[in-house]
Amino acid sequence: MSAREEILARIRTAVAGARDDGPADAGIPRGYRAVRQVDDLVELFAERVRDYRAIVHVVPEDDLTAALARVAGGRRLVLPEGLPGGWAPGPGHADPYTADGVLTACAVAVAETGTIVLDHGPGQGTRAETLVPDHHVCVVRAAQIVGGVPEAVARLDPSRPLTWISGPSATSDIELNRVEGVHGPRTLEVVIAT
Amino acid sequence: MSATFLGMPGNFPKNAAEAVQNSQLRFNLRKATHTIRDKRAAVVGELPDWQELRAAGKAIKDHTLRHLDRYLLQLEEAVTRAGGTVHWARDAAEANRIVADLVKATGETEVVKVKSMATQEIGLNEALAKEGVTAYETDLAELIVQLGDDFPSHILVPAIHRNRSEIREIFLREMPDAPAGLSDDPAALAEAARLHLRERFLRSKVAISGANFMIAETGTLVVLESEGNGRMCLTLPRTLISVVGIEKLLPTWRDLEVFLQLLPRSSTGERMNPYTSMWTGSVEGQDFHLVLLDNGRTGVLADEVGRQALRCIRCSACLNVCPVYERAGGHAYGSVYPGPIGAILTPQLRGMSSDLDASLPFASSLCGACYDVCPVAIDIPEVLVDLRAKAPHGAAERAGMKAAGWVLNSERRLGAAQRLASRMRRFVPKRRLPGPLAAWTDTRDVPDIPEESFRDWWERNERA
Repeated sequence: MSAREEILARIRTAVAGARDDGPADAGIPRGYRAVRQVDDLVELFAERVRDYRAIVHVVPEDDLTAALARVAGGRRLVLPEGLPGGWAPGPGHADPYTADGVLTACAVAVAETGTIVLDHGPGQGTRAETLVPDHHVCVVRAAQIVGGVPEAVARLDPSRPLTWISGPSATSDIELNRVEGVHGPRTLEVVIAT
Repeated sequence: MSATFLGMPGNFPKNAAEAVQNSQLRFNLRKATHTIRDKRAAVVGELPDWQELRAAGKAIKDHTLRHLDRYLLQLEEAVTRAGGTVHWARDAAEANRIVADLVKATGETEVVKVKSMATQEIGLNEALAKEGVTAYETDLAELIVQLGDDFPSHILVPAIHRNRSEIREIFLREMPDAPAGLSDDPAALAEAARLHLRERFLRSKVAISGANFMIAETGTLVVLESEGNGRMCLTLPRTLISVVGIEKLLPTWRDLEVFLQLLPRSSTGERMNPYTSMWTGSVEGQDFHLVLLDNGRTGVLADEVGRQALRCIRCSACLNVCPVYERAGGHAYGSVYPGPIGAILTPQLRGMSSDLDASLPFASSLCGACYDVCPVAIDIPEVLVDLRAKAPHGAAERAGMKAAGWVLNSERRLGAAQRLASRMRRFVPKRRLPGPLAAWTDTRDVPDIPEESFRDWWERNERA
C-alpha cells in the first residue's frame, strides 16, 4: 500500500466511530463579528500602523504626487510595473538588491490590526521586490481600508501570492524585547491617500 | 514520532528537579513568560468576540479532523492543479527520505530553513546532515539554538532560556563574521544575525519550511512570522519544500478569518504578526513540493479523548501561563513540544514506553490555566487525567488502588475500615509515613483521622 493510501485508511479507521457532522461546515458557530463598526477607518488604521513603529502620512489624494516626491527624497526606489501614473517620484531603480527602497500600491488594508496586504498585482511588485530593499513605501487609498480581518479575507483572491505586512520586520527572540528590522525592510512608510 | 530529541533522558520529575536549581534559567523564564502573557491578555481583551472566535476555531478544527481524509484529498488536488507536487509520509524516516531525495535532485548541498516544529519533530536537520546536506536555520532564536549546539525550549521562542549576554557569547564564538566589538544590546545582536544570514539568503537555491495552515478548498499554504526570514526563504530560492502535519488543514479560505485573529494574539501577543505569506502551488516560477506528514497523528486521531490535541495551532500560550513550565523550563519535557501541550502531545505521538514519556502526563498541577488561554479550547487537564490512567503504574500502586477500590465499593467494608482506622489513629504518624508511603508525605501532612467517622456519628444520632 502506498503511504497515501495507508494514511487515508488510518484516518478512516480512526474517525469511524465519531459522530458525523455532515459534509458542509454548516454546524460551525460563527457568532463573531463579520464586520467591524469603525467610525473613522483612516484614523484607526493610521493609529494601529503607528503602533508598530512604522511611519504614517495622511495626505489628500490631490497632493499624493507631491507627498510621494517628499517621501522619496532622492532615494533610488524600485518602481514596480503598473504603478499608477503620477506616483513615480523619479526614474525607477530596477535592481532591488542595490535599491534604497521600493514604492508600491496595495490590495487591501485592515484598520483594526494596522495591516496592509499585497497581492503582487499591478503596482505591487514581485515578492522579492518588496522584500529585499531596506525601505518600503506603500500607498493605501482610503477606500482600500476595511475594518477587520474577516472583511479583508473576503476581498482577497487566494489564487494570488499574498503578503500581509503589519509594521516593519521585527524580532522578539532576545528576552522578548521587540527589535525592529531583521531581514525584511527595516523601515515601513505608509502613505494614506484620502 | 522518532526519538531524535536528545534534550534530556531520565524523567520529568528528575529533569525538573535539576532545572529548578538553575536560578539564571528560572529568572530568564519568569521574565519572558510574564512579559508575553501580559501582552497576550491585553490584545485578547481588545476583542469583544474572543470567545465566539475561540468557539469557531474549535468547531472548525473538529469538523476538519472528522473529515480529514476528504479534505486532504481536496488539498492534494488543489495544490497539484496549481503546479505543486504533493508527497505523503507515514513517519519521520519516510519524510526525511523524501526531503533528502528532493534536495539531492537539485544538486545542492545547502538549504535554508524557516522555523518549523514539524521538521524538528522528525529530526530533519540531522537526517540531511547524514546525506551530506547542511541545513541552516534562519529564525533568530533557532539560529541561537543551532549555533549554541543546544535544544529548543519553547515553541515560539526556542531560545527563551538564553539571556542577552549568553547569546552574545554564542555569536562571538560561533559566527565568524560577528563584529569584534559586539555588544549585548538586542538590536546589535539582531543586526549581527541579519548580516550573517543576508548573503546566505541570496545564495541559497533550496528552502525548507513548515506551514501554520493549509486550505483544502484552494490549496493555499500560510506561514506567519516576524523577522522576514520566512519571506526570504519562501520567495528567493528556486525550490521550496514544505513539510506539514496533516492536522494543519482548514477546509475553506474563509476559515482564515478566524485563525488570523486567534493565532497572532495568542502567540506573540500582537494584533497581527509583522509578516504573513500565503501561496498556492508554484508561484513566480518556483518549484514547490508539499510533504504531508502523519508520524503518529492518525494514532492520536483514534483516541476519543486525546484527539482534541490535534486542534493545536502551536501558539504556545499554554506554555506562557503554566506554573510548571515557568519553573522547570522546556528542556525538562525532553521533546520539541514542551509545556502543557507537550505533556499531552508527546506521550500520544511517541507512546509511553519510555520513562520520560510516561512521566509527562504527571508534569502538571491540573490548575487549568492552559485550558483558559487555549485559542482552540483544548481541555488539556482532561487529556492529562485520561493519559494518567493509561500510563504504566507500578505493582505496589496497582495493588494499593485495587485494595482501595475493593473497600470503597462496599458501604459495609468502608464502615469497617473507618472504624479500624479510628482505633489505630494513635499509631499513625503525623508527619512522615513509613516505607514507600513516605513519598506522599514529602510534600503533605497526614490528614487527621477522626475519633469517629461521620457515618457512625450520623447513625448514632439518628437512632437517638
